[in-house]
Amino acid sequence: MKKTYKIDVDCANCANEMEEAVKNTSGVKDCVVNFMTLKMKVDYEDGVNPDEMLPLLKKAIEDSGSDGVIVD
Amino acid sequence: MNKKQKVNLTRILVSAGLMILFYFLPIHGLIRFLLYQIPYWIVGCDVLAKAWKNIRKKKPFDEHFLMAVATLGALGLAVYETLVLKQDGDYVEAIAVMLFYQVGEWFQSYAVGKSRRNITELMDIRPDYANLDDGKGGLIKADPDDVEVGSLITVRPGEKIPIDGTVEDGTAMLDTSALTGESVPRSVHAGDSVISGCINTNGLLKIRTTKEFGESTASKILEMIEDASSRKSRSEAFITKFARVYTPIVVYAAIALALIPTIGIFLVTGRFTFITWLYRALIFLVISCPCALVISIPLSFFAGIGGASRAGVLIKGSNFLESLAETKTVVFDKTGTLTKGVFEVTAVHPEKLDEKELLHLAAHVEHFSTHPIANSLRLAYQKYGSEEDGCEVSDVTEIAGKGVSAKVNGKTVYVGNSKLMDEVGAKWHDCHQTGTIIHVAIDGIYAGHIVISDVVKPHSAEAIGRLKSMHTKTVMLTGDRKAVGENVGRELGLDEVHTELLPQDKVANIERLMKERKDPKDAVAFVGDGINDAPVLSRADVGIAMGAMGSDAAIEAADIVLMDDDPKKVCTAMGIARKCLGIVRQNIVFAIGVKILCMILGAAGLAGMWIAVVGDVGVMICCVLNAIRCLSVKKYL
Repeated sequence: MKKTYKIDVDCANCANEMEEAVKNTSGVKDCVVNFMTLKMKVDYEDGVNPDEMLPLLKKAIEDSGSDGVIVD
Repeated sequence: MNKKQKVNLTRILVSAGLMILFYFLPIHGLIRFLLYQIPYWIVGCDVLAKAWKNIRKKKPFDEHFLMAVATLGALGLAVYETLVLKQDGDYVEAIAVMLFYQVGEWFQSYAVGKSRRNITELMDIRPDYANLDDGKGGLIKADPDDVEVGSLITVRPGEKIPIDGTVEDGTAMLDTSALTGESVPRSVHAGDSVISGCINTNGLLKIRTTKEFGESTASKILEMIEDASSRKSRSEAFITKFARVYTPIVVYAAIALALIPTIGIFLVTGRFTFITWLYRALIFLVISCPCALVISIPLSFFAGIGGASRAGVLIKGSNFLESLAETKTVVFDKTGTLTKGVFEVTAVHPEKLDEKELLHLAAHVEHFSTHPIANSLRLAYQKYGSEEDGCEVSDVTEIAGKGVSAKVNGKTVYVGNSKLMDEVGAKWHDCHQTGTIIHVAIDGIYAGHIVISDVVKPHSAEAIGRLKSMHTKTVMLTGDRKAVGENVGRELGLDEVHTELLPQDKVANIERLMKERKDPKDAVAFVGDGINDAPVLSRADVGIAMGAMGSDAAIEAADIVLMDDDPKKVCTAMGIARKCLGIVRQNIVFAIGVKILCMILGAAGLAGMWIAVVGDVGVMICCVLNAIRCLSVKKYL
């Protein structure tokens, strides 16, 4: 199941860190952050509720030290 | 400027103003220390907070940490000067370092925002609505996602075509520049298929949709661009790894720089020089901040991909941009890539009649045929006149595998291959030109022949010439006959031509070329039209599909998609890729070079913290500006 989020991130490396952090979150199959269009596509594993995942993703991004944030 | 940028700019200005004010105030001692804290914390609070947060998360080594340690260290030295040496310490230094760092960050954020808007504006092909017929003669604005296949939608002048479809009614000029980079508008009439993302510039169009919104060209392209960042280039991977090992190394080197000379000098001369070396270590830390590289290299690739999409070249990832820049061999498919893939009359050789008359007769005989050859004959005659000219055509007979015969104005005209000529006893002769030869006989007497062949695209020769001037080997692979293929190869001046190949032979040829290369980094690119060459597209280092307007298969199989079918776009793409990689290399060499120089100067005590911070921010601004140059692609169109 795929979901797209709007994000805010200033530096390209922070976008990379953000992507890495989300990718390594359990329940996430894959993640692509597009720095230019400010979008993050997350591909969740089957049976995962994206609404429950959102706080986890936010926390993972913050923990990675990235400047990026998910905009609600 | 967005809100965050405004806030940060205000912080920078207020802090700089306070710093300058306090510099000229006659203040001393504790008051001086406290007052200087105000601008320092205004400008540096977020950096310090982030550094602290990362230390607690046990991931301390990033640029925030470097800045925090360096500025706190400088403040500490100033306090030491005040307390121990009883003179006014230099607080300005710490504040200035933080200020410059923030100026650099602000500038980078502003520059990125600007180039981001630049790209997204130009790639603005996402349609917002579709005008659906409401059944009462009016129109309702519908979400394109809800429009079913086969619906009738209306596109008014100035609107974007939301969904791929076929024109039912109306004529218009379409602006396709957002998709193809081509500025000449395309005219469409009833019966033409149109793709989403084009802008209707004048007429009113009624369009029957043939696809769902999600499957339409505009959605596909946007999806592709949005996914482009999932494939990282080697340079980006290098920088990520580099930053991961570099920062800790620098921190340990700075500690060593503060301690080892101090201890050494103390042991040898008995003098205590710790403060001097601590100061030098702090300078070393400021200089070593890797921001310039970490920021500018991914930015270069983003700008390069964005710039290329403006030129009608869609690149699926920065790794492909990198491979394309290293491409030394470009392999072309023939039909549909270098040639138009449609058959056209290229020569008319009558025996006694004039050219017009021979074409006239042939076109009449083929009037009812739907064979591609018949189409091209009729099309060629349209240059001379209409087929509805009152001539009497009757008794049309198809002779399977040979041709067609018909009575035109009472004479029996045979149009077909040499076998047909033999059958009717006409004395035919072959032509010196390559292509499909159509012979014509009137009442059993040979009247001449017409040559039909696939024509080379107008820009093919120029494209090959430009590739050669870029020191690229050009190869053509084709399934076509030897004579035809070699003729095209000679005409365009290709380095190598291989003919009569089956799809698997094409793959084998690509593999051979990949094996023959001298340097494993030299990439082999394959350019095809996406029809029947998906295996080759995926086997080559870089698969380039052209004429992707409307062809999903090509968009799926290729690494790089050229939106129109002009072979010159291959040169455009390579030009952009080389420029982009050139800029990446310039930035790496420049940034590392300046940093190493400053580090040596700093460690030797020849550069103060001012030089360090100006150097660091200066290098970053230069690199960001240089990276943004990737956006401009006009030169390569």
